Amino acid sequence: MLDVANLSVTIAGRGGAIRPVRDLSFSVARGETFCIVGESGCGKSMTSLALMGLLPRAAARSATRLALDGTDLRSLPRRAMADIRGNRMAMIFQEPMTSLNPVHTIGSQLREVWYRHRGRNRAAGEARALWLLDRVGMSSPRERLAQYPHELSGGLRQRVMIAMALMCEPALLIADEPTTALDVTIQAQILSLLRSLQDELGLAMIFITHDLGVVSRIADRVAVMYAGRIVETAATADIFRRPAHPYTRGLLECIPVPGRIARRQPLPAIPGQVPSPAQDIAGCAFANRCDQVRDACATARPPEAGVAAGHLVQCVLYGQAGSELSCPS
Amino acid sequence: MARYLVQRLLLALGVIVFVSALTFALTEATVDPALAVAGEGATEEAIQQIRRQYGFDRPLVERYLGWLGGIASGDLGESYRMRRPVADIIGEHLPVTLKLGFLSLAFAILVAIPLGVLAAVRQNTWIDRFALSVSVIGQALPNFLFALLLIIVFGVNLRWLPISGSGTWQHFVMPTIALGYYAMPALMRLTRSGMIEALEADYVRTALAKGLSPGTVVFRHALQNAILPVVSLGAVQFGFMLGGSVIIEVVFGLNGLGYLARESIRRADLPVVQSIVLLISFFYVVLILLADVLNGLLDPRIRSTGA
Repeated sequence: MLDVANLSVTIAGRGGAIRPVRDLSFSVARGETFCIVGESGCGKSMTSLALMGLLPRAAARSATRLALDGTDLRSLPRRAMADIRGNRMAMIFQEPMTSLNPVHTIGSQLREVWYRHRGRNRAAGEARALWLLDRVGMSSPRERLAQYPHELSGGLRQRVMIAMALMCEPALLIADEPTTALDVTIQAQILSLLRSLQDELGLAMIFITHDLGVVSRIADRVAVMYAGRIVETAATADIFRRPAHPYTRGLLECIPVPGRIARRQPLPAIPGQVPSPAQDIAGCAFANRCDQVRDACATARPPEAGVAAGHLVQCVLYGQAGSELSCPS
Repeated sequence: MARYLVQRLLLALGVIVFVSALTFALTEATVDPALAVAGEGATEEAIQQIRRQYGFDRPLVERYLGWLGGIASGDLGESYRMRRPVADIIGEHLPVTLKLGFLSLAFAILVAIPLGVLAAVRQNTWIDRFALSVSVIGQALPNFLFALLLIIVFGVNLRWLPISGSGTWQHFVMPTIALGYYAMPALMRLTRSGMIEALEADYVRTALAKGLSPGTVVFRHALQNAILPVVSLGAVQFGFMLGGSVIIEVVFGLNGLGYLARESIRRADLPVVQSIVLLISFFYVVLILLADVLNGLLDPRIRSTGA
């Protein structure tokens, strides 16, 4: 349904170009939740903005393929892209506290999407808004329509954002860390809400997060991003049971699990620093932090290898496709 | 909101009483009212008689309280020169000043807001720099000088507009521009900086993600947030302009309150001067109060916390 090949984002600056997103390729199927996971600064938010066509003015997007349900998004004029945004693809953001306009009521912000894409019919827009507010679990939806964002808590505002994104029944929902700013209990509620809405509406969802716990709860497939690249893609269970890329394994080891690490032992951490997005990276971006680094890592970009069905990894340890199915240790 | 309003009203009343005391004391300290009434070349006897007749021999505080009491009951006293109630004289001059004030404010807003929005949307382009230059010139150029420049160009050289008087609408064109240009830069800068901030806000990104058109995003989402402080400043600027119109009215020979103030100072007509100063400070206080209330009405966040 969404097909992306070689997506890159370049920001021209005085000290040379910055490349926060480098040659990303993935696809998302109808009804699927595709998680993009990575540390802050790895380019995951830039990726979501690039897909929506909402990059800052200084940033440029390039791709060899970028198609939503067969519509090529690369060459679309501004106006036609705006027709798709909020309509066929919608987005929710990390900061529910500031993502709603403080001077307009919830109702007017919800109806506005409807007016833009479905025509100026107040009764129809309001009916849809009421149905969705109820559906996202808000009590007394009719009163909510007249309320302003500051009258709602963060969790409720994120529910409003979700309702707003779903106003025009989009085929694809991009959720950029939608639960990061929320309490753990609210976070769990929002995740299960998204999950059930997705089943009900057949939504495809790109879910961006840095939290592997969230990934395990919501994802069907996972892409691990590092320094602007996807280093590993696999079904959720495979990522957790058979992580292939040294970076993925490092990430998983950093999760504190009771009983796995002895008391008073420091939590494992990946040594070193993420390369800057301004840097040119000839080989593997993780080479300078990898405990299994080879000579080849520094010079050439590792080829993509399949370690199992639907499990792809960019690492020289898996140079020949399918040759090493077990984890090298 | 009610308690807040009462507090503000009491404070406003305090400010007005304080200003009235200051005005009364300062004018009485600089001019001997009896001498002013008697006029030049009056004999000492005549002056003494006037002093007793008008009650100028009573203590300052007593006379101040008498004046204040008169104001409270709607009596502003009588002009020394024109021998008529001050209230009537002010009533004749006020409409011209209010008209000039409203026109100038409208002019300032109509230039400042579109220019500020444009400068913010096209930040760091020639439009932005042009807007900033216009506002810097407006702030640096004294408004009497700008008024004179207008007169030279449009009145004397091009002969498009009358340069003095208040008979027709044409008479108000140059004064409006001269006075409005004085208030415009602050409004423009506030619009611009508010818009720049709003355009970077998360809710603007949300609006874009909804597929809304650039016009809707700029005006409905960004401007409605950026405009809140501009409205308050506009109300305050209106007060500034009522004060600033003294100079403009004199330059263009508009027979308004400012012109009357200047003439009355020249003729040492104390009751008129005191009343005008008090009236303008009263307007000023009311406008600031209005700015607060307007802000509360426009911003839903203030509206409900104040309730």
